[in-house]
Amino acid sequence: MARIRTVDLTKTFTDASGGVTALDALNLTVQDGEFFALLGPSGCGKTTLLRTLAGLETPTSGAVHIGDADVTHTAPGKRGVAMVFQDYALFPHMTVTENIAYPLRVRGVSKAEQRQAVLAAASELGLTGTDTTVGLLDRRPGALSGGQQQRVALARATAANPTVFLFDEPLSNLDARLRLEARTFLKRLQRELATTTVFVTHDQAEALALADRIAVMQSGRIRQLGTPREVFRRPANTFVASFIGSTPMNLLEGTVRDGRVLVADSEIALPDGTAGAVADGAPVVLGARPEYFRVSSDPLPGAFGGTVAVAENLGSSLLLTLDVAGTAVQAVVGEEEEPEPGARLWALPRQDRTLLYADGELVG
Amino acid sequence: MRDTSAAAAAASDPGAVVRKIGRYTFLSVLLGFFALPMLWLASAPFNAHPTLNVSISSFTLHNFSVLLKDPYALPSLWNSLLLAGGTALLTVGFAAAAAYALSRVRVPGRNGILYALLLLSSIVTGTAAMVPLFQLAFKLHLIDSRLGVILVFTGGLLPAAIFILKDFTDNTPKSYEESARVFGASPFQIIRHIVLPMIRPGLATVTVWAVVNVWGNFLIPYILVRNPDKYPASVVLYTFYTEGGQPNLDLISAFSLLYSIPVIVLYLFVSHRYGFRFHGGIKR
Amino acid sequence: MARTASPRAAEDPAGLGRARAAGIAAPALLVVLAFLVFPALWTLYLGTTNYRLTGFAARHPHSVGLDNYTNVVKDPAFHHSLWLTFEYVVGSAVLGQALLGFAIAWLLREAAGWLKRLIEALVLLAWILPSSVVAFLWSALLDRDQGTFNALAHTQGTAWVVEHPMAVIIVFNIWRGTAFSMLLYSAALTGVPPTQLATARMFGANQWQQLRDVVFPHIRGHILTNLLLISLWTFNDFTPYQLTGGADTRSQILPVYIYQTALFDGQMGLGAAIALLMLVINLVVALVYLRLLRERRGERTA
Repeated sequence: MARIRTVDLTKTFTDASGGVTALDALNLTVQDGEFFALLGPSGCGKTTLLRTLAGLETPTSGAVHIGDADVTHTAPGKRGVAMVFQDYALFPHMTVTENIAYPLRVRGVSKAEQRQAVLAAASELGLTGTDTTVGLLDRRPGALSGGQQQRVALARATAANPTVFLFDEPLSNLDARLRLEARTFLKRLQRELATTTVFVTHDQAEALALADRIAVMQSGRIRQLGTPREVFRRPANTFVASFIGSTPMNLLEGTVRDGRVLVADSEIALPDGTAGAVADGAPVVLGARPEYFRVSSDPLPGAFGGTVAVAENLGSSLLLTLDVAGTAVQAVVGEEEEPEPGARLWALPRQDRTLLYADGELVG
Repeated sequence: MRDTSAAAAAASDPGAVVRKIGRYTFLSVLLGFFALPMLWLASAPFNAHPTLNVSISSFTLHNFSVLLKDPYALPSLWNSLLLAGGTALLTVGFAAAAAYALSRVRVPGRNGILYALLLLSSIVTGTAAMVPLFQLAFKLHLIDSRLGVILVFTGGLLPAAIFILKDFTDNTPKSYEESARVFGASPFQIIRHIVLPMIRPGLATVTVWAVVNVWGNFLIPYILVRNPDKYPASVVLYTFYTEGGQPNLDLISAFSLLYSIPVIVLYLFVSHRYGFRFHGGIKR
Repeated sequence: MARTASPRAAEDPAGLGRARAAGIAAPALLVVLAFLVFPALWTLYLGTTNYRLTGFAARHPHSVGLDNYTNVVKDPAFHHSLWLTFEYVVGSAVLGQALLGFAIAWLLREAAGWLKRLIEALVLLAWILPSSVVAFLWSALLDRDQGTFNALAHTQGTAWVVEHPMAVIIVFNIWRGTAFSMLLYSAALTGVPPTQLATARMFGANQWQQLRDVVFPHIRGHILTNLLLISLWTFNDFTPYQLTGGADTRSQILPVYIYQTALFDGQMGLGAAIALLMLVINLVVALVYLRLLRERRGERTA
């Protein structure tokens, strides 16, 4: 039973060059058992928020509640949270067993109970019982692979039996292949433990894949809060739109006229549900993900017409960059297509997937 | 020449041969210069009738039994050990605590403080400060007191020790301590469980450095200790060969060797364990 | 651009707090204050008194103003001692140790394994053996009647320590202290990129040209550091006393002169006045050194 709630949480750092606002009156609620992502570019305040939840930073103003308690001024060790650091922070002079037992040792738990808890946590995390894990518990962290280190760090956090898990960039120290494996593992683990979990990441794919809900942050504020589906389909503003998605969304400046958007010398239909929402002649930004285009070598009405400038092979698909009257528009086509650079193509965005932004905010 | 290809290559170039001969001549002279004074230390202790000359006539361990009978020799080694051990203990303990505080807690001007201390310790050497140090010890009734000598040594070694240990602490990621803190460890538990084990190489470095410094130091005990029963080995050895009459070479030779062995052992240990690197250029 | 807040934020990771931090730093600072700062300041005061080790003035010292300082500055014995100290520092440290240390480091850079190890070990041993031991080893080596040196050089009957005390302590200190320069230059030489040396060789540069054009520019900072440190140490070196004793004015370098004046003759006030001059010289050298150190640290973190 641990819901996390922040109330007007503010943190400013002062140094010689003045103050930096890392958290700006943040109000946020993480539900019990939720897997929650803090996503944003570096310097957006996501790590500060996580550290403030842990108690490693004291907020300048505002409050943090965990469960029913106001823990704003509670010491980190008394909040019932367990944190896994980006570098895992496994104590190099202790064995795996000693590392996992550390939270219990600090609490003065008996040796026998420590041993039991270590074995339970280790087997939960798959650190016992297979050929590759023989003798692992007696090794020092330095003798482990990156993936094993991560699991030991998770086991240690589990052994603390916390009401909240905090993960700082949990996958960033792993190489690309291992990262996917660890991602799946992490999601399954969180489902099984059903413990409220907040994690920080700068990788939008990681946030989309893992989280129940995502808070996209910029400059100490939350720019959008929603499920991965919501955040991906309907980014609330151009910042989120440009941040989410492995191929960046086309964000094209244009104007509204007669129920259409004039953009890059083309006339594109207004996105569903935005008719009449914006006055004629108003400047807008049209958002269209490259994945949601119909591309044809024959002219299509209401499409972008342009020449292929670059074609990048993504394996199962092809990312085309079209030169549309001097504006670059990107579209994804299937692997069977093989357009030559310089070829003239028409790209029609799906009306139910395009988005309209006025003053940087989503319309409709 | 051991290396035939090099010899062949050298043969084709007369200049290279001359250079090579020159180099090995220089190295031989060098070897002689550094080895010559030490040969006596290796030979005389085992010589039945040691003279000041280097010679190996008849091997004996008799000189060491002379050593055992001398009323000052062995106790002085014990005194040296007390001084070195006490100083190392105080220096490492105080320096580690201060270094940790200075490394982790923001104190205004902490770098200034540290540099000022370092500056002081290189200026206020035992030599330059022997007058006030003697006075201070005299007023505090610390003449003839081991504690007095230890404190004087500790004061001189601390700044550099703090500097070294702060360097070690600065290079330790803070996430270890934070991690322990989130798990509920108290500040002193964190220091005991996490920080001290992590900076162990630094602690070892400072310990060895302090021990070697105190073990070999002559001036400080020479001016602060008057009672021969409390003389450390450095002062006792000096009195052995400067006191009037014919010096007792049986005694001096065996004692010099015995007194040198701990330093040599420490050197071997350090060079084996870490390679003989020095930290920031501070010995003495 | 927004700055990353987290690295700066990570102060006091153990939650020690200022009070406890001050508490655990206090013992070290107190000892340093009492046995380092205070003696330095007290030297100032002592130098203005007629304090003596024994007799009436020992119990009732009174101020003599700046008399000690003016007496010292006018004293020919002090001038002589200062000059000897200069000879000693320049001869044994700046020229002797630095040059020999560099020569060893440079030659051993590519020497065979065992030879390198043997020479390095001997040079280091000379440095780490207790001063009382090495002082005796040298008086044995140079003994007039039985010394190995006279036997080898066929100079029987020459009492080197008595006849040429300055030369003896200079050579002795070169032998004693070359290790530091050797270590420092060895470390510095590993920082010289081999590709640059190879390039110079390819263009036909001889040894001297390689040293001048490639090596020295790279190790200039180390040379300066080394010279300052070994000068400071040699200037404060008391070991010659154990070789020559304190009474021989021909080898009375400043540390020995202070000892003789203050603790042997018992003129504490006068000794303190001399010591103050020594402190001032130390201060100047140390300030230059720290400035260098700071600049180099600054470069590294920049």
